[in-house]
Amino acid sequence: MIDIRSVSHALHGQTILSDISVQLPKGKVTALVGPNGAGKSTLLSLIARLQPLQKGTIEVDGLDVTQTPSKQLAKTLAILTQSNQLASRLTVADLVAFGRFPHHQGRPTVEDNKLVDEAIESLELTSIRHRFIDEISGGQRQKAFVAMAYAQDTDYLLLDEPLNNLDMKSARTLMQRLGSLSAQSSKTIVVVLHEINYAALYADWIVGLKDGRLVANGETKYFLTNETIEQVFDMQADIHDVGEHRFVMHYR
Amino acid sequence: MVERRLIYALLLFVVCAVAFLTVNARGNWEFVLWFRGTKLLGISLVAIAIAVSTVLFQTLTKNRILTPSLMGFDALYALLQTALVFFLGGLGFAQLAPQVSFFTSFFFMMLASLALFGTLLGQSQQARGEDMHRLLLTGIIFGVLFRSVTSFFQRLIDPNDFVVAATSSMASFNSINGDLLLVSSVIMALGLIAAWYLRFDLDVLALGRDAAINLGINYKQRVYVTLVIIASLVSVSTALVGPVAFFGLLVSNLTYHLFPTHRHAILLPAASLLSACVLIGGQTILEQLLNFSTPLSVIVEFLGGVTFLLLILKGRSR
Repeated sequence: MIDIRSVSHALHGQTILSDISVQLPKGKVTALVGPNGAGKSTLLSLIARLQPLQKGTIEVDGLDVTQTPSKQLAKTLAILTQSNQLASRLTVADLVAFGRFPHHQGRPTVEDNKLVDEAIESLELTSIRHRFIDEISGGQRQKAFVAMAYAQDTDYLLLDEPLNNLDMKSARTLMQRLGSLSAQSSKTIVVVLHEINYAALYADWIVGLKDGRLVANGETKYFLTNETIEQVFDMQADIHDVGEHRFVMHYR
Repeated sequence: MVERRLIYALLLFVVCAVAFLTVNARGNWEFVLWFRGTKLLGISLVAIAIAVSTVLFQTLTKNRILTPSLMGFDALYALLQTALVFFLGGLGFAQLAPQVSFFTSFFFMMLASLALFGTLLGQSQQARGEDMHRLLLTGIIFGVLFRSVTSFFQRLIDPNDFVVAATSSMASFNSINGDLLLVSSVIMALGLIAAWYLRFDLDVLALGRDAAINLGINYKQRVYVTLVIIASLVSVSTALVGPVAFFGLLVSNLTYHLFPTHRHAILLPAASLLSACVLIGGQTILEQLLNFSTPLSVIVEFLGGVTFLLLILKGRSR
């Protein structure tokens, strides 16, 4: 479980997050939704200790993120951030191999190499594994970074807009994989999504942020109502039931 | 593949070193070997210090055309030398024991770099990613300040003293002081051991702040330690031979080109060996074959400057 208690965050005098308290369930897929600038990425980076926590506490699996040694946290949670710039010239395989660093500290074992191969295969990167990161397309690069987080093999996985730059098929495959990771390996996955219908289909739980405040929070089927959508996104959209799933018709 | 290239580089280094020691050697072998051996050691130390400090600096800044001299180190060195001449007079400066001059330089350069890191690390990292830029800007501004103060001092001293100041603040691979070799070897060895110990963490640091933290690196502390290593290496090389602006750039980019890997376990020794080959080989050719017609530093800086321009034009600066 990720336990967030009265977290507030400000940058240059501007409030980014104000008094967020929420518990993200263990072993489930949680979608973080909300308009641009709602504070979703900031919340994610605070959970992953990428920014110092200003107010409140965050515990991941009972570990306080500000107190627990970074090395230990790196084996518990992995994050995929939005902007990924590299200085070194790395191949896809090199990059994915870095995901194992917390486990071997620079000296990979046979087991580590096996897990790297597995991550490369599961994101269908085998054919480009020896290409350089700066020579492949944005979507392929995105997949390589997802593979790196995947190779880290942590119980908690945070992904900030992982569907950026991905084509329809890759996006669907990735969401299916995240779903099966939580269902079969009982991993806790928190994912920032802009397409609410991916959340509708693959998330067990949805958290809605707006202007740095928590405005809605609940199981997927309870979240997807006209009122909640309007509350979070400030727009009206029809909700349709297709089979056993709900869809938000937000295109018109 | 890259491991094998490392062996070739080592062989090339041995060839250069042997050539440096033996070409055109006449007379008393014991004297020749002792004399040239000391010089060889000095040049190697400087070469390794420049190479390793540049590679570390470029890893931290995620940029392949920046060098530590951009932080204003060469300017500070010139200022220190000029200030010494100003306060002691040309004669007094010339009579100063080399160790005193060395430790003064080393001490102030360490102090200045720590002050720079103070501005970098003292402020809480409120806005992420800004810290390295603040360090670079501070370095550039200090560089301008040091240069201005230097020229101010130079206007105040008399022309004879000015000549002394000008010579001592110019790079020279030919006038390495043998008395300083032991001290600088020890400082260098400590820095290199620390860099080698950090080699895997450096690979991760090159991925950037967020990725490094995600992989469990204590980012702030590692950056601090790396900066201290860089500062001590740059201090040693500058104090031994004077400011060399573009040589590090030349060697680091040659290394990235010949050793296409992200692993510092390869990059650090490779850059050191290539750097030593260029300096020792170049010095041998100039000294023995061309009879000192041009100082090596001029040629090295010329080549480095051309590399710098090419890199900018090619747009691989990142």
